[in-house]
Amino acid sequence: MLTQILILLPLALSLITLLLKKERTIRYFVLAGTLVEFGIAVAAFIQYKTMCHCQLQVTAGWISSLGISLKFGMDGIGLLLVLLTTFLLPIIVLSSFSHSYNRPAAFYSLVLFMEMALVGVFTAFDGMMFYIFWEMALLPAYFISAVWGGKDRIRITFKFFIYTFTGSLFMLVALIYLYFRTPLPHAFDFQSLYAVTLTPAEQSWIFLAFFVAFAIKIPIFPFHTWQPDTYAQTPASGTMLLAGIMLKMGLFGMIRWMIPICPHAVQQWGPAAMTLAVTGVVYGSLIAIMQKDMKRLVAYSSIAHVGLIAAGVFALTIHAMQGAVIQMISHGINIVGLFIVIDLIEKRTKTRNIADLGGIALKAPRLAVFFMIMLLGSIALPLTNGFIGEFLLLLGIFERYMAFSAIAGLTIILSAVYMLRMYQRTMLGTTNEITEQVTDLTWTEMAPLIPLVIMVFWIGLFPGLFLDTTLPDVLTIMSYIR
Amino acid sequence: MTTIISLIILGILVLFLGILKKQSWLLPVILTGLIAAMALTVMDWNSVRSFNNGMLIVDHVSVAFSVVLIFSAFLIFSLAAQYYRGVQRPLDDIYGVMIFALVGAVMMTSYGNLIMLFLGIETLSIALYVLAGSHKEAITSNEATLKYFLLGSFLSGFLLFGIALIYGSTGSFDLHQISLYVASCSGIYPTMFLAGLFLLIIGLAFKIAIVPFHFWAPDVYEGTPTLLTAFMATVVKTASIVAMFRFFTLTFNGIHGVWETTIWILAAVTILLGNLTGVYQPNLKRMLAYSSISHSGYMMLAVVAFSPMSNNALLFYTLSYSIATIMAFGILILVREAHGNDFFTSMNGMAKTNPLEAFCLTVAMLSLAGIPPLAGFMAKYYLFTTALEKGLVWLVIIAIAGSAISVAYYFRPIIAMYLREPNGIPLKVEMPYKIHLVFMTLLVILIGLVPVFLVGIL
Repeated sequence: MLTQILILLPLALSLITLLLKKERTIRYFVLAGTLVEFGIAVAAFIQYKTMCHCQLQVTAGWISSLGISLKFGMDGIGLLLVLLTTFLLPIIVLSSFSHSYNRPAAFYSLVLFMEMALVGVFTAFDGMMFYIFWEMALLPAYFISAVWGGKDRIRITFKFFIYTFTGSLFMLVALIYLYFRTPLPHAFDFQSLYAVTLTPAEQSWIFLAFFVAFAIKIPIFPFHTWQPDTYAQTPASGTMLLAGIMLKMGLFGMIRWMIPICPHAVQQWGPAAMTLAVTGVVYGSLIAIMQKDMKRLVAYSSIAHVGLIAAGVFALTIHAMQGAVIQMISHGINIVGLFIVIDLIEKRTKTRNIADLGGIALKAPRLAVFFMIMLLGSIALPLTNGFIGEFLLLLGIFERYMAFSAIAGLTIILSAVYMLRMYQRTMLGTTNEITEQVTDLTWTEMAPLIPLVIMVFWIGLFPGLFLDTTLPDVLTIMSYIR
Repeated sequence: MTTIISLIILGILVLFLGILKKQSWLLPVILTGLIAAMALTVMDWNSVRSFNNGMLIVDHVSVAFSVVLIFSAFLIFSLAAQYYRGVQRPLDDIYGVMIFALVGAVMMTSYGNLIMLFLGIETLSIALYVLAGSHKEAITSNEATLKYFLLGSFLSGFLLFGIALIYGSTGSFDLHQISLYVASCSGIYPTMFLAGLFLLIIGLAFKIAIVPFHFWAPDVYEGTPTLLTAFMATVVKTASIVAMFRFFTLTFNGIHGVWETTIWILAAVTILLGNLTGVYQPNLKRMLAYSSISHSGYMMLAVVAFSPMSNNALLFYTLSYSIATIMAFGILILVREAHGNDFFTSMNGMAKTNPLEAFCLTVAMLSLAGIPPLAGFMAKYYLFTTALEKGLVWLVIIAIAGSAISVAYYFRPIIAMYLREPNGIPLKVEMPYKIHLVFMTLLVILIGLVPVFLVGIL
């Protein structure tokens, strides 16, 4: 029951939003709606915890002659990602209050539509449903970046669309191919797809098809070229949706669909995929060091961080998988926090150029504190959420591939380099004429940051709740490997 | 049979209304008549019968596709009021000829005899030659009709020659007799029969606009009055592809073989070339021409797969393709009316000046590109499933690559409408036309969300 509501509520809200006229009404309506959605997700979490392994599954027929059913539900991993999505949405909406978008009804309607698609992706128990929601998430993302984006938006967002759309078409072929290999009557639901036995050659092809689709979305080096430009051109809220939640779709798809469906190919191609992921870690970090624009710096740092998560997925150890899931959540929280802070700085100074800034901490101590906390989470300082995830990831990778773990471990050092340098050059030092007029945060501006900070420390200090939730599912998925 | 009779009566009625100078009655009568013809067709659903010694065979397939054809014609006629607004000359001849063309199309979906196929194609084609040139003052329209007529009549010769060769080797025009002959050949066919088969494929491929027999399509589409281009791109294409598939199902009866490689190659080339060339078109009408070429390539997938699911997949595909294409032409009519041309630049900023129309065109484009959850996606998905079931992995991969390329041009109007600054001329749209556009948009969305009504009925 809760699962349907979680999917249908944002859709209904999205349609209602289109009918509203005044910007103020729209904002508070959308904020209230996303908060209610979060409340439902929390209720689902409590229900899941108290009556374990019910998975809140709902099934309804759709096109039975083609084996497609409306089958939704949540295992621990999906549930945490739904929680992340519904938790971040009100924060993203709240942070968007400091901007005034043209045609707010259309903007917020697209944001809510995107929430619906994201929840659908994380709860789909049917392969075709997964694909349909996967593609549906792309449309609002495209329109948000393209319509409300920066000046070079047309070319860049188009590249983004073509890239991701092409990738996911490969996944479609793989899914239909698998469908015909399921026992009669053919079906798309995940148990049937998991049960398919494939020859090694077939597994490799299916693996490659899935890998391309997911690698573009995540993005794993060398499929990342759409990402920094798109982040730079997209409006702040769009970037948060893309970086905070949408790229988790790819990682989730790997854990949920790719590994159980073609376990042997994952093992066979694992080192190759691992090489790409670890290359991305080093490459993203090195380029981030060179960046002059704060948003681009965070975009490249994101390539490094998700590269590490992807490496953890391919390590195929329990620790790494646990770390990957927890780090998906942490990365979502940290990167949204960083983008909010950067957006607030940009709003005050009209620039994202690191060289133009300096001494903001003197003028805006609260801003500096929040920036520091999000940044420390991001560079995985102990007691913050990033530490838990990256520690588990590196531990898990080490258990299987010692060398990769050593190289991937560079991410912690390198991220400290670029993040702290950014902090030092923008926040510390003396003020200049641009930062002279900076004012400190107001309560409305702090409102979205406070819950993020709480989560940074909650996951950092007491990760047990989250790790316990995912452990049974991680074990189930690992059981397909052996 | 009732379909054909009722449509002919409707056509004659339209001509009489013209004689009686009741121009304002034309469209209401036509639209009601088409709905009536659709109802009569649906009533034939449960009666598989053949008429005139097997010349016409009414079965589920022919009924279903006749309904698609009449429905497409209905949607096109609903656009006519706006399109011919302000035109002084009487229109009964154009409308009458369109209905007679529709009769030809219906004959092509229900023939049981090659003579009937030829009659259907000629009824359709000759009507179309007239329609393509119906805008007599415009030089482009004259050019279009001449091109279409010269090539069309030449290719009709191919078709007729093919039919003659098939007759020569089988001794019959009747599809049932031919199927007996095919069965008796057990895989080894005489050269004369094969030559006839290939000439027949070429003749039909020309009508469907399959590469390399597509060269007429962009020029003719561009010159033909837009309303009739919509007719060409939907009704004619649906009828011809159904005619081709019907020939294979009724004669080869599940026997795979010789012709499939040819169709495979034609489909692959059509998809790739249609989509790649589509990217380079400067205006919406030529782009839609190439889009329709590439979609004929996708439809060929169902023919190549040649499985029991093919008919249904084709039905789904032609219906969703037709609705989305007619929608796109509906907006095209408005753009040409306001700007006098249909370059993508003319559509700049339409989302601000005409949000509803921009949204409708966006839905049409997304559906044609095959983006879930719209009708075009379900149709493509169904088609790919049909093809993959028969193990046509490479063809499906080519089709998917084609879909990816097609996004490049389907997004050009969307980008122009939403992301560029308006150029000041809003489109003037009347209320009924808006309602019609919204109706088609809802249809595209609903078919995508609730496809159960269309899946598994054939």
